[in-house]
Amino acid sequence: MDNYWKANLKILFWLLLVWFLVSFGFGIILSDYLDKFQIGGFKLGFWFSQQGSIYSFVVIIFVYVYLMEKLDKKYKESEEEE
Amino acid sequence: MTVQEWTFLLVGLSFALYIWIAYKSRASSTSEFYVAGKGVNPVVNGMATAADWMSAASFLSMAGLIAFMGKDGSIYLMGWTGGYVLLALLLAPYLRKFGKYTVPEFIGERYYSDAARVVAVLCLVFISFTYIAGQMRGVGIVFSRFLEVDINMGIFIGMAIVFVYAVWGGMKGITYTQVAQYTVLIFAYLVPAVYISIIVTNNPIPQLGFGDTLVNGSEYLLEKLDRVTTDLGFVAYTQNTKSMIDIFCITAALMFGTAGLPHVIVRFFTVPSFKDARKSAGYALIFIALLYTTAPAVSAFARMNLIDSIQDQDYAKSPQWFKNWEEIGLIAWKDKNQDGKIRYSAGNAFEGIKPKYLDKERGLQGERLLVNPPNNDNDNEVYIDRDIIVLANPEIAKLPFWVIALVAAGGVAAALSTAAGLLITLSAAVSHDLLKKTFMPQISERKELLYSRLATAVAIGLAGVIGVMNLAFVAQVVAFAFGLAASTLFPVLLLGIFYKRLNKEGAIAGMLIGLIFTLSYIIYFKFINPELNSSDYWLLGISPEGIGFLGMLLNLFMAITVSSFTKPPPKDVMEMVDSIRSPQ
Repeated sequence: MDNYWKANLKILFWLLLVWFLVSFGFGIILSDYLDKFQIGGFKLGFWFSQQGSIYSFVVIIFVYVYLMEKLDKKYKESEEEE
Repeated sequence: MTVQEWTFLLVGLSFALYIWIAYKSRASSTSEFYVAGKGVNPVVNGMATAADWMSAASFLSMAGLIAFMGKDGSIYLMGWTGGYVLLALLLAPYLRKFGKYTVPEFIGERYYSDAARVVAVLCLVFISFTYIAGQMRGVGIVFSRFLEVDINMGIFIGMAIVFVYAVWGGMKGITYTQVAQYTVLIFAYLVPAVYISIIVTNNPIPQLGFGDTLVNGSEYLLEKLDRVTTDLGFVAYTQNTKSMIDIFCITAALMFGTAGLPHVIVRFFTVPSFKDARKSAGYALIFIALLYTTAPAVSAFARMNLIDSIQDQDYAKSPQWFKNWEEIGLIAWKDKNQDGKIRYSAGNAFEGIKPKYLDKERGLQGERLLVNPPNNDNDNEVYIDRDIIVLANPEIAKLPFWVIALVAAGGVAAALSTAAGLLITLSAAVSHDLLKKTFMPQISERKELLYSRLATAVAIGLAGVIGVMNLAFVAQVVAFAFGLAASTLFPVLLLGIFYKRLNKEGAIAGMLIGLIFTLSYIIYFKFINPELNSSDYWLLGISPEGIGFLGMLLNLFMAITVSSFTKPPPKDVMEMVDSIRSPQ
């Protein structure tokens, strides 16, 4: 149980770090700097603040679902063995 | 067929559909009324959550706001989507595991205190009411423009529809109605966006189109927009005007506020298990992202088309939509240099925020005359209410009538679905948390169901009254619902799960300090001293819109400090926290 919770917190930490990076990082704090780069007609910082961050949020949640299901399974199996 | 006939047809058909669905899925127990019997498929719930979440503000106002804010508009785009990550990772699965009906119920049991529950109900009622009032205004705008009925009549019709399916169907009824409403609203949002994207950039995907080159030339759309806005005296479209700290705090307040909104959280109580709650949040965000990634494209197209179609145009030859919206009072033109041409540039055209029209008299060109004295500091002659952009956009781009009618039906769907979700949350808080759990614990389930239907009916009536009164301050406070959710409910929910040591004293102290701090900051700058509401006077340069983030930090700090000086929570509460954390 304790190990399950620790593994869970670790997953949360890394995913929330990515969450912070793509929105507050690329979309706000580093946005003006990233605007020096361009993809198509988008300045990169502008793209992150109005598009990229949102796509990343969706990916983060599904990665979380995947990792947690794997974790749930692992701890369910180990408990059944006992 | 005319636009009006098309609108009657499409809005009428959609209403018939909603009522039919509600009839098919009416609720017969409190569990069905509050949480749809906890049997909703996660994808279906995701779609219902998206409709619940995307309000008249998202559908009607957001793209318009962004069109005029440029890059600053990202506060809404990131703020209103990023919260779902917090919801999925930090709250939804655990609260679902807890397995009860309402958010105050969790707070009441986790902090073993009726006082905590009642404080949570108060926050919930305040948040939900400010929010509903905004929906009613949205319905009113759509009806008055496209069906040419009085705004109050529009509000009345909207109330009657919601009344039928919310009182009847409860959470179960509105869940399936919201699925239909999502379909209507997303279709209504995407069709004109795709159309316009093709017209402007020849790219059928709006998300890519607004980063593409224009049809007539090799210039990028955003490049031209930057150039034109700069020429007219605005800050370039792709540049921020607000300070970085303010953008940071507003975005954070909206994100944490989203995660703390009771009517959103409660949607995750309707799925069968905590695993479904995780997935469901992901699906909800996909459905939301479909609109939220399209919105900034719509904004850029709209700003471009708007400038192209009115700049230096003779008023006499100006497009019909310009005059239509002027009739309703959401556009105004003050011919400051008396040349009969429309000049659009930065700055306010006249003194005062809203136009005040002279009733009978018309100007030389046939325009409505204004009481407001001109503002001679700039050359701008045009006032445009931001709320009309989404509705006017198809007209500005000269799209077929049925598309314009579709947008009207979508706007109504967005407003009604959100209003219904809020009403169920409100009535559950009153009948379940206040009556059943606090003041009348002996009532039977049938009585409770009756009270929750009554509470829904009363809430609809009150919301309608607020909508009809059209209080100017209502629109102002909607954004603050998020600040309050962030600074009161979110921290105690988060700590309730992740910090076992947090006790009753800490939770109540935290909620109160968050509430008092945030509310008084907002009231001070919005109502007591509105003339001081500028960055020179703000605390650390944070606007009232963003102060909820600071309120949240204060709440967290206070809750943990007070807890550590008072005795730990009882053993059974600790065990309850363990059980919602466990995978079994």
